Amino acid sequence: MMENLLSLLSMSFFRNALLASLLASITCGIIGTYIVSRRIVFISGGITHASFGGIGMGYYFGFDPILGAVLFGIFSALGIEFFTRKADLREDSAIAMLWALGMAMGIIFIFLTPGYAPNLMSYLFGNILTVSLTDLVFLISLTIGIVAFFIVFYRMILFISFDEEYALTNNTPVRLFNMILICLVALTIVLNIRVVGIILVMSLLTIPQAISNLFTRYFHKMIYLSIVFGFVGSFAGLIFSYIYDIPSGAAIIFALVLMYGIAKIYFVTRKAMAK
Amino acid sequence: MLQNLTYLVPLIDIRHLTVGYDDNIILTDVSLTIHDSDFIGVIGPNGGGKTTLLKAILGLLKPLHGEVIFHDCMTGGNHHRIGYLPQINNIDRKFPISVSEVVKSGLMSKKHIIKKYAKKDLEFAGELMQQMGIYEIRNKAIGELSGGQIQRALLCRALVNQPKLLVLDEPNTYVDNRFEKELYEKLRRLNEHIAILLVSHDLGTISTYVKSIACVNHSLHYHPGNKITPELMEAYECPIQIITHGKIPHTVLHQHEQ
Repeated sequence: MMENLLSLLSMSFFRNALLASLLASITCGIIGTYIVSRRIVFISGGITHASFGGIGMGYYFGFDPILGAVLFGIFSALGIEFFTRKADLREDSAIAMLWALGMAMGIIFIFLTPGYAPNLMSYLFGNILTVSLTDLVFLISLTIGIVAFFIVFYRMILFISFDEEYALTNNTPVRLFNMILICLVALTIVLNIRVVGIILVMSLLTIPQAISNLFTRYFHKMIYLSIVFGFVGSFAGLIFSYIYDIPSGAAIIFALVLMYGIAKIYFVTRKAMAK
Repeated sequence: MLQNLTYLVPLIDIRHLTVGYDDNIILTDVSLTIHDSDFIGVIGPNGGGKTTLLKAILGLLKPLHGEVIFHDCMTGGNHHRIGYLPQINNIDRKFPISVSEVVKSGLMSKKHIIKKYAKKDLEFAGELMQQMGIYEIRNKAIGELSGGQIQRALLCRALVNQPKLLVLDEPNTYVDNRFEKELYEKLRRLNEHIAILLVSHDLGTISTYVKSIACVNHSLHYHPGNKITPELMEAYECPIQIITHGKIPHTVLHQHEQ
């Protein structure tokens, strides 16, 4: 087993996959804690699925689908941020509409694209084992950006997330921060599509946080623990995926849910024992 | 009352203010001046615009007509000079944040986005938490606290900036009786230095603490005294139920005629 692992590590695709899962854990650990604490998981789901429209456009017009996803992700994020403030639309219905519209556009573009769409499955379900050097460079830049932003503005982010109205009464630039943060959410989602795919990316943003929340009730600790749990889960999933030749995204989610189950059982029994 | 008549320094002037959300106008032509030693109780029926008035004063809602003028003593210095205690159900009690983080967040301002909190500000935050009796639980997450303890933390947050005016929105909801009494005594002492604007349903109690009453029901009627009488209610079209608390003089049980 150990030998197998070492021989795996000697292969560059596996080292890349490992690095990608580390970067995914860091970005999703931080951003996921933000969206879970602020209860904008549904908004993030909307952004995720809207970005599929960009992937379809990439196929149809022949540019990198991830680039299209970035554009769609950012525009839908800013759109949600703007319209939920200005328009009279009920927020959740507006997001559901965007969610479906993005998917529909993606499907239409892919349908119109002559021939078949290569790698479509890897966008839907992710394939961390084929992650490219370009993907890694993007992920590294995003990781550095997010970590730096959260270190420098940690207090401000916590302050706005906890009580936006109060932050507004203190004359702090709430709108600007909301805008930057929602863009970081969109970028995190889109760049992690390569790792776990559109359909599963939300789980990487929420399951490690759900596990962490069993252990802690503090924002910063939730970030650290989510990164650790996220990485353990992705690593385990990666190994499963390689050994049993199953899609990596699904294997990672499976490992994470398993970890959640174990942690939950541990806490429930401990509570029962205490009584 | 004497205090009211002597050193009157205006803090905020509300002039012919009309506010609302889009087409829905909540308050029409409201005028009110808040002075440095005021303790104004804001009363009125639900949906009458009490919270809307607060939001306009706090700058959360832009006036459709009229203006809210801040006098120099309110705008000087680094800090915003209004402390705000929101309704407790505006707060997400499951949010992962500790008591001391909540209190210190009151120090955030435009100039403190990156800059570290000053040592004296942090010391003051500690002092406040001690005064409110939440110093021992400062490292607990707010999810572990009772309603009264959260209110104390939020009150510390509102005061940590050393405001000139404290605005409280229904501070007595979901709060145990012990804290309620403590809160009002606390406010009475605070009022020796700062102005207070208190929104409440609990007329019986507030009328013994406030110095004047503003009745808000789509418009505002200011009454420069703290006695609530049926005549007053009728004259100002302020259909509110008065609740008596213990042996408080000058409270009258009012029955609705509708």
